[in-house]
Amino acid sequence: MEKVKEISGENIDKCMQCGTCSGGCPMIDVLQITPRGIMHLSALGQEQKIAKANTIWMCASCNTCAVRCPRGIDIPKVMEAMRQIFLRKNVNYIEPNQIPDEVLEDMPQIVMVSCFRKHTA
Amino acid sequence: MKIAYYPGCTLKTSAKNLNDSAVAAMAKLGVELVELDRWNCCGAVYSLADDDLLHQVAPVRDLIRVKDMGYDKVITVCSMCYNTLARANNLVRNDEEKRYTLNSFMEEETDYNGEVEVVHLLTFLKDEIGWGKLKEKVTKPLSDLKISPYYGCTLTRPRDIAIDSADNPRIMHDFLEALGAQVVNNPAGIECCGSYQILSNPDAAYSNINKIISTAINRGAEAIASSCPLCEFSLGKRQKQATEKFGDGKTLPTFYFTQLLAVALGVDDALMHFEIGHEKSRELLASKNLVGA
Repeated sequence: MEKVKEISGENIDKCMQCGTCSGGCPMIDVLQITPRGIMHLSALGQEQKIAKANTIWMCASCNTCAVRCPRGIDIPKVMEAMRQIFLRKNVNYIEPNQIPDEVLEDMPQIVMVSCFRKHTA
Repeated sequence: MKIAYYPGCTLKTSAKNLNDSAVAAMAKLGVELVELDRWNCCGAVYSLADDDLLHQVAPVRDLIRVKDMGYDKVITVCSMCYNTLARANNLVRNDEEKRYTLNSFMEEETDYNGEVEVVHLLTFLKDEIGWGKLKEKVTKPLSDLKISPYYGCTLTRPRDIAIDSADNPRIMHDFLEALGAQVVNNPAGIECCGSYQILSNPDAAYSNINKIISTAINRGAEAIASSCPLCEFSLGKRQKQATEKFGDGKTLPTFYFTQLLAVALGVDDALMHFEIGHEKSRELLASKNLVGA
């Protein structure tokens, strides 16, 4: 996963697997792999396992882990790099044209712009 | 005093209650927020990919407009715009190579080297007005109002652009106290509301929203104050769905901090646009004799 290091600019090998990121993650209840697990798998180059879990898509870059990581790793940048690796194959996580009109009707622009920036190619 | 102002897209439509209350309240404090002659969407989220400079063009272009108008500071009230603009500004300031590439790419624009300071309105109120002076200007203190600040993510994280401590922010507490309100601390007030997952994975967002709302209610808050149109949409417009699905269904009104500022300074309440916010917001303030029913 040299690509993760290149896109994120972060040294994922610095992770010492303490789990502080997972402990404070506001999305932890719905994650199929914890942030700590993602850091481990990315250091091992296990792209397929990461692809099968929802974690990188559920991460909303809230930066709670980034301000707490004792090794100073910007974990949201690592998550973004992995999203980018999949999105750059031109595969969207959500398809905007399949979202029902009644859902989009009262969505502020700020929701749509941020969501489509993060979840579409 | 005149100062450059970047509203952002949502403040011109579904969050005009945030825009109009901010502009009117600052006028009461003798500060004219001068909207940029030209501006574009900042992108809403800061691009975290190191090799993706294209998405930095939009926020940097906005900062160039500020520089072109002769200002060295720009005020934003939207938390997400603040975060995106301030981080893009730091990128330009700290990365010489990327600064060169961006300036070369935008060849028709003025060269930009990070001359502009991106300031959130709360920071401006703290540093340029001061809580003491703000308190003196209050004509309708919010004395009977028990309100809980909600900071969310983008005001206090990451550290290089944080307007206050990431773990124990006080700035909105101090602001609300200056308005005379009774501030109710909410430990979940620094947690993520789920952000744009409200569109792609609503249940994940509902669970977070329920936690934020129910903790505030359990601690005795009558309302929540925020500064982000995305948080306000989730915590205000979607709180009923969230608390019915994950909690006890109790709800409470939500406000933008600027609406409360405007109320306390005696601004005409038509500019608060309570009709587009939480359905109980006007009712709560009317019950405290702060606005007409």
